[in-house]
Amino acid sequence: MGAIILMVVGALGIGLGFLAAPSNIAEAKEIVASHGDGHGDAHGDAATHAVAHDDHATANNHGGDHKEAHDTSHDTHLLHQLQNKPWAALYVAAFFFFMISLGVLAFYAIQRAAQAGWSPLLFRVMEGITSYIVPGGIIVFVILALSVAHMNHLFVWMDADVVAHDHLLQGKKGYLNPIFFLIRAAIFLAGWIGYREYSRKLSLAQDESSDNANFKLNFRISAAFLVFYLISESIMSWDWIMSVDPHWFSTLFGWYIFASMFVSGITVIAMVTIYLKSKGHLQDVNDSHIHDLAKFMFGISIFWTYLWFSQFMLIWYANIPEEVTYYITRIEDYNLPFFGMVAMNFLFPVLLLMNSDYKRLNWFVVMAGVVILAGHYMDIFNAIMPSTVGDQWFIGIPEISAVLFFAGLFVFWIFRALSKAPLQPKRNPFIEESKHFHY
Amino acid sequence: MASHYEAPIRKPLVTGDKSYHDVTVDIAAPVEGRANKHWWIVFSIALAAFLWGVGCIIYTVSTGIGTWGLNKSVNWAWDITNFVWWVGIGHAGTLISAVLLLFRQKWRMAINRSAEAMTIFSVIQAGLFPIIHMGRPWLAYWVLPIPNQFGSLWVNFNSPLLWDVFAISTYLSVSLVFWWTGLLPDFAMLRDRAILPFQKKIYSLLSFGWTGRAKDWQRFEEVSLVLAGLATPLVLSVHTIVSFDFATSVIPGWHTTIFPPYFVAGAIFSGFAMVNTLLIIMRKVCSLEDYITVQHIELMNIVIMLTGSIVGCAYITELFMAWYSGVEYEQYAFLNRATGPYWWAYWSMMTCNVFSPQFMWFKKLRTSIMFSFFISIVVNIGMWFERFVIIVTSLHRDYLPSSWTMFSPTFVDIGIFIGTIGFFFVLFLLYARTFPVIAQAEVKSILKSSGSKYKKLREAGKPLYEISDAAPKVVEEATLKAEAVEDIIEDVTVDADAKEVSSLLDAIGSFNPDTDTADDLKKVKGIGPKMEETLNQIGIYTFAQVSKMTEKEYDLLDSITQAFPGRAQRDDWAGQAQKLNKNK
Repeated sequence: MGAIILMVVGALGIGLGFLAAPSNIAEAKEIVASHGDGHGDAHGDAATHAVAHDDHATANNHGGDHKEAHDTSHDTHLLHQLQNKPWAALYVAAFFFFMISLGVLAFYAIQRAAQAGWSPLLFRVMEGITSYIVPGGIIVFVILALSVAHMNHLFVWMDADVVAHDHLLQGKKGYLNPIFFLIRAAIFLAGWIGYREYSRKLSLAQDESSDNANFKLNFRISAAFLVFYLISESIMSWDWIMSVDPHWFSTLFGWYIFASMFVSGITVIAMVTIYLKSKGHLQDVNDSHIHDLAKFMFGISIFWTYLWFSQFMLIWYANIPEEVTYYITRIEDYNLPFFGMVAMNFLFPVLLLMNSDYKRLNWFVVMAGVVILAGHYMDIFNAIMPSTVGDQWFIGIPEISAVLFFAGLFVFWIFRALSKAPLQPKRNPFIEESKHFHY
Repeated sequence: MASHYEAPIRKPLVTGDKSYHDVTVDIAAPVEGRANKHWWIVFSIALAAFLWGVGCIIYTVSTGIGTWGLNKSVNWAWDITNFVWWVGIGHAGTLISAVLLLFRQKWRMAINRSAEAMTIFSVIQAGLFPIIHMGRPWLAYWVLPIPNQFGSLWVNFNSPLLWDVFAISTYLSVSLVFWWTGLLPDFAMLRDRAILPFQKKIYSLLSFGWTGRAKDWQRFEEVSLVLAGLATPLVLSVHTIVSFDFATSVIPGWHTTIFPPYFVAGAIFSGFAMVNTLLIIMRKVCSLEDYITVQHIELMNIVIMLTGSIVGCAYITELFMAWYSGVEYEQYAFLNRATGPYWWAYWSMMTCNVFSPQFMWFKKLRTSIMFSFFISIVVNIGMWFERFVIIVTSLHRDYLPSSWTMFSPTFVDIGIFIGTIGFFFVLFLLYARTFPVIAQAEVKSILKSSGSKYKKLREAGKPLYEISDAAPKVVEEATLKAEAVEDIIEDVTVDADAKEVSSLLDAIGSFNPDTDTADDLKKVKGIGPKMEETLNQIGIYTFAQVSKMTEKEYDLLDSITQAFPGRAQRDDWAGQAQKLNKNK
């Protein structure tokens, strides 16, 4: 019975996915088309310019000839930034939806390792969302591999020509080299996907088993996974995001990106749960569960702001040229998205979710969730764009359609996964506690 | 609070089949009883250390900061190291009381009181250092933004040191209010049990007239939640601002963006280690093993392991970024930490803070009391070294090699540090004698869901309430007021029924004047000279005998003496006697 309803929901999800997909597969083609011409030639040049631009901003004086080049061939530079634009748009959207499922994976592992009593009713929802790690992770990996193959120049340090003229990048060669970069990415993805699939298997097996062995094993691997996650997530954020601006560095960056992933993930859990509930599933999930999720959205939004502010304040206060260039670019060229993002990620959630009664209003939580998700998309946008397209940013067709495409794929994939198993775990030892959850 | 249901696989948080009344008696016991020899020994040592510290402080203030080992390059050393160390230790209390409250962690109930006390006492120690360092502590009010007419200078709002003043004083006040709010019902409990008028007076003042009405409780819970909500950002803010003292500078090794969250994680790490150190001793000394169980220690060890790993991740991040940045000075700062003249400090820090908590992955080790105690000490030492490494090794080799130097502490540096440890323990030991060291009201709130007695009843399918066949329970309530005044039972006549006496003596063992010596039974609260005489008439002379009494024997005793039924049970003569017998 439940399964049939779930199939219907799954079909609904598929419908949604297809509705979203066609409108932008065409777009996606357009993206590729617009990117195709004029790509082959002179991308070494473009990369040089990107670095020259960088140098200009940081007032680093090595390679004066680059600057000259920068002055004389400003037009070609612009062209190359524009050529980067659709790729960057694709990459931001691909990473954004991937990071949602990665954030949910962390939340899920924490719930398991902490033996939380309130959340087991939501485990299947979380497992559904983490299923997107497989396609999402592979897509991100492919984009990275295409970068390594010089199909685009999102990462300037991948260009041997640039490195040859850049003393700092030569120093980083041991770490920032394409092969090692891809190996790291592969290891991390394998770890995340491996844990997700294994934990899901155990979670399903627990429903049918006669003892708690699966449950206990799941607890252990979740604790161990969190250690792997702590390290891999940090390195991933340095590799995939921080290194688009290879001169810049910040020790806090990994945890900052984590906060973004975490809050986006929790927001999506709340939204999916509310959606499923509105369709008559998850009967036992009550307002207290939604309230708790909304509290996490509220709390982690503040935590994100705390990390954002710590990083910003310390760099602004110390005003060291190597570091402060990062924020100067963003404040000068990205003023609205940069501060707009802080408003969306901090002011809105704090004001909307402060009141405890509002945390129980489902539509209200969804509205707050939309703002939070948009805000964290902007966060990633602000992290990638300034180093790849410079001041040539614009939220236009490539950006919006990339978001639509991945949103469609995301929704299709997670609802397909949700329809594959009963939405309520049967034999989780804490399931009764979760059902009794009222306060 | 959620329902009393709890998954069967959860272990009980209160062991030893405690009833509500047992909780009261057990937690009031250390306050109502007398201090034993060990307490006096430890207290004397702590007091001596404290007095030594006071001497060193007086010497510093009267002579000048030159009595410390500071020099031109290392112009900040043990003072700020100790300050950060103590502030950090304080964090666990607030985390347990506020964050774990928001996360509805029931295990916090048994440890929050002492952890909060620890917070307040350690923040007091921390606060001493900036004041001493001022050189002229009587001008301490200069750190406050008050108009120049008072003779002070307007403060520099750009300085993180000033932010520290605000952060720490706010933290101390909120922690104090939070602590006291939780104490109100417990002080009221002590007040209601107090026998001497003086104690009754004191505890009624301390409990702010708590009556235990539903309205009191409703306000209590509301205030607790609001304070928890306030205290949670405070936990983050305090050590964040302490980290700003370093991170806002441009000194290699100090200026790094990960400092705020990493200092907070480190603070919680060291704080939990200190809580473990204190509670492992306290549960033993105060016989609170049923409340602060091995499971509590295990959970604290897990928090230590978790925060230790986060700190470890931050160390490695710092190290990697120093290399990755390509900044020569940054690279040298970290190379110097690991391989320079202070390599031993760096590696002690690494060993104590990153490697040693990893032992807690093994269940055997994290449930071992001795090992937990050992690791908690190791972590305390490691976290002191962490601050020492950050502060001294970053300063001792600056940009000018001619001014490179080392730091060596003078006896005054050491004395003040030891003094604060002494002061801390003096406060904590006094607290342990006069305050209810466990939040009994809160423990009672989880007793039905997590107490072993009620868990067993639930598993057996029996109702959680009990209809006692012991009539005295009702009498107890009714006569409570009347009895409290006449504190000791005086008029007792023995209506000696030989059969009852012999059955009583069968149960608790008889007294043999040849081999046993009689104890002073008057030491048991509730037994006066007359009652002792009566007991002697029956044949009860020793603590050992009294300690074997159970409900059945109490009833027999009541029927023999026919005086003040239920008194023996309420005062828990058996429990008292057991302790007296042990300490004999």
